[in-house]
Amino acid sequence: MDFLLSLVTFFPMLGAAVMLVFLRGDDEMAVRNAKWIALGVTVITFIASLEILIQFDPSNPEFQMVEETKWIAGLTYKMGVDGISILFVMLTTFLMPIVIGASWKVDKRVKEYMVAFLLLESLMIGVFLSLDLVLFYVFFEAGLIPMFLIIGIWGGKDRVYASFKFFLYTLFGSVLMLIAIIAMWYDAGTTDIPTLMRHTFSSEGISVLGWQIVGGAQTLLWLAFFASFAVKLPMWPVHTWLPDAHVQAPTAGSIVLAAILLKMGGYGFLRFSLPMFPVASFYMQDFIFALSVIAIIYASLVALVQEDMKKLVAYSSVAHMGFVTIGIFTFNKQGLDGAIFQMISHGFISGALFLGVGVIYDRMHTREIDAYGGLAVRMPSYALVFMFFTMANVGLPGTSGFVGEFLTLVGAFQANTWVATGATTGVILSAAYALWLYRRVALGDLIKQSLQGIKDVSTRERLLFAPLILATLLLGIAPGLVLDIIGPSVDALISNFNIATAGLLEPVVAAATN
Amino acid sequence: MIGFDLSVILPELVIVGVAMAVLMWGVFAKHEIGSQALWLIALLFFGIGVSIVLTGRGTDVAFDGMFVNDAFSRFAKVTMLWSGAAILVLSREYLIRAKLLKFEFSVLVALAMVGMMMMVSAGNLMSLYMGLELQSLSLYVIAAFNRDSLRSSEAGLKYFVLGALSSGLLLYGMSLVYGYTGAMGFAEIAAVIKAEGLPVGALFGLVFIVSGMAFKVSAAPFHMWTPDVYEGSPTPVTALFATAPKVAAAAMITRILFDAFGDVVSDWQQILALLALLSMYVGAVAAIGQTNIKRLMAYSSIGHMGFAIMGLAAGTVAGVQNMLIYMVVYVATNIGVFAFILNMEKDGRAVTEISALNMYSRVSPGRALALLVLMFSLAGIPPLAGFFAKLYVLQAAFDAGLAWLAIAAVIASVISAFYYLRIIYLMYFGEATDALDGKMPVLHMGLLAASSAALVFGVVNMFGIEGYAAQAAAALLG
Repeated sequence: MDFLLSLVTFFPMLGAAVMLVFLRGDDEMAVRNAKWIALGVTVITFIASLEILIQFDPSNPEFQMVEETKWIAGLTYKMGVDGISILFVMLTTFLMPIVIGASWKVDKRVKEYMVAFLLLESLMIGVFLSLDLVLFYVFFEAGLIPMFLIIGIWGGKDRVYASFKFFLYTLFGSVLMLIAIIAMWYDAGTTDIPTLMRHTFSSEGISVLGWQIVGGAQTLLWLAFFASFAVKLPMWPVHTWLPDAHVQAPTAGSIVLAAILLKMGGYGFLRFSLPMFPVASFYMQDFIFALSVIAIIYASLVALVQEDMKKLVAYSSVAHMGFVTIGIFTFNKQGLDGAIFQMISHGFISGALFLGVGVIYDRMHTREIDAYGGLAVRMPSYALVFMFFTMANVGLPGTSGFVGEFLTLVGAFQANTWVATGATTGVILSAAYALWLYRRVALGDLIKQSLQGIKDVSTRERLLFAPLILATLLLGIAPGLVLDIIGPSVDALISNFNIATAGLLEPVVAAATN
Repeated sequence: MIGFDLSVILPELVIVGVAMAVLMWGVFAKHEIGSQALWLIALLFFGIGVSIVLTGRGTDVAFDGMFVNDAFSRFAKVTMLWSGAAILVLSREYLIRAKLLKFEFSVLVALAMVGMMMMVSAGNLMSLYMGLELQSLSLYVIAAFNRDSLRSSEAGLKYFVLGALSSGLLLYGMSLVYGYTGAMGFAEIAAVIKAEGLPVGALFGLVFIVSGMAFKVSAAPFHMWTPDVYEGSPTPVTALFATAPKVAAAAMITRILFDAFGDVVSDWQQILALLALLSMYVGAVAAIGQTNIKRLMAYSSIGHMGFAIMGLAAGTVAGVQNMLIYMVVYVATNIGVFAFILNMEKDGRAVTEISALNMYSRVSPGRALALLVLMFSLAGIPPLAGFFAKLYVLQAAFDAGLAWLAIAAVIASVISAFYYLRIIYLMYFGEATDALDGKMPVLHMGLLAASSAALVFGVVNMFGIEGYAAQAAAALLG
């Protein structure tokens, strides 16, 4: 099949269109149909995406299964997959049925809810598969529309504030990237991503409004892309939209946000910043390291004092994304492998943690940590599952969280000892906030009257957790499954990067010799 | 030769003839013929648009260069005619409810349309001014069409006084240009400039002309009339103002700048860039506090004209082409938006408060969804056509070396996204209040749906308007 990628990308959208057009009324029947159709569509999409994985040749670092058609304004509609993007696609299609399953209890405008999530799935897959800059931008930005509605319509008390903040923050980051895309289009005469990866953007120092810009045009373009990805990822200090959005979004929205949407930022660094602006990335290494270390330590400390469970997990996401950016900007194999691994693994773990919060929120309608305590008494299975993912979040060996953090730290150690030291502090802090959260929620005596009647996880919830537990364990025990797929693409990325930056001095040295 | 000349202006002649005939019919008919006149004129607009698409070829120049029929003018004319037809059709129910459905309305719209067609085809300062005045005078009258309403009369008067001022500026500029170049025809002016450079006096004239025209497209800082006139005029008239005359004025600026002053782009580029910048920011910032949807659309139109002018400021073929695409997308969006606004009613009274949209998605999910698409498109969010329109003009501006303007523009678009989002927020997750209860005629529903569907499916190939716009731009600069 020559159009497999397009099929996987647009199938959920097709499902959404069918639901929008043919599903009428809001009686019980229509609600049930909407849920089952959405589940069916996401499952079929997952199965179809397995076919991509089967056809994919891991030894080939080039883009595969490329589709290309003429589009408007001299652009091309071009899709393709390589070792880096395929895992993100798989992550998306794997998580979406779980996301739909997690929304089974939604009772407000169910049809619209499912349509929004199916649209979002299409757009997320499109982001990872598109091989045209403008096409990428279209998918990247269009995702804001369903997410805005998901937070706004099905969100919590302060949903209006959170949805506006989410939308305007990310839009502001992205429009600067749009200008950079136009600039690259002008410079290279094309928006084809593989071609742009081979194109060398000028890195001659230039002066803008009296400022001397080291790395010239590359640095400016890099900064524009950085503005977008840093907001999306999110990096300190532009992370403030994330806790708000997470807290207000419904459970499924939080899962999508943490598990997939955040990864777009990291994917953007891997796909654009490193291969297209290697010189600028080289100069910006220390800048990224500084922001990341601050993010890890600061976000971990903030997580320690949270009273809202979702906020705690959200800040823990910010800290984990700090590892990702450190890993990417070490420019060595361990670091890059670790960063990608960390993103995939964080997809499972943070998704599961938000799901876990959602499970007790559904029962008690509060996310206050103080409202819980001793859940292990009444909910032994839940306590076990939550324990598992708490440990995975901390990075216990045997879970996927360990592999990601370990590889990243190994890479970081080679690049900069101090950064590795700072980041390791974050590992300790993460153990502190995660275990403390677990103690306050699940351990101790069950003294709260309101919790006496609480029920353990239902079959549906078990089914949702099971694949996540399996995936976390599988990747923790056999990380080679992932590393073999990303290996050749990462090697190619690193060797191109080294060729482009060969002979460049460390920025500090360069400044001293000038 | 006169036979040929007349054949070139045949579409305009037909509209004038029909307008006159309807005028006679209306005077002598026993009953009010408002409805028939409206349908007739709307069909006429549509038919003439079709015939222009089918038969228009090449470039014809009539009346010694006074009137030019080329791909550029045809592009603008078809856009104006079809949008005019759509607005007329949409107006009917509102006019009936407001007891304003008189045949004069349609006749005045027809005459304004002839003026607009003249504007975009003018090849001479004289014919340009004639077209402009014909259009303006007709529009002044219909702005005050609801003469029992204080607001409407005020709108008409305001529009007239300020419009007359801008016409004065324009005339003064024209006389300077004539005085210093000794020519009225665009081609002759261009020839003089090519031979001797731009005389300083003519440069002054150019500045006055651009100011006068900025007034007509409601570009800041000449935008003050827009919100008041938009708010005060009957809603169908507002809808008309937001569509065809904007296209006509933008096309007119394009033609005079490129045909007459095409060799001195650097002399007007900065003026246009400044107009674009101010318009985008006035449109973005001033709309935030608006509570009336018509005023909001007025500021929105100011902002959008800023983007269109940014395309022009590029001073290139691509810039003109992309400006035309921008205008088409803008007009298509506005037809949808006004199809909606015209039916905003509660207890039989027209409502224009934005807060009336609270939780509208519960009352009628279909219409709310359509308006959601329109608003996201106006905000320029992909994959809707409004995004591609913005991408086109941004690209043109960037390639022409106006990177600073492009950066300023995207920041303005983020600011303006706020108030478009606010409408969506009210409709989907605002506070539940008394809902609107207006029924929507099938035709309006159709236009609303068509407009929003067009913006969604435009992502596939923009319905091929790119090719037509490219021909139009090539005809102007070729």
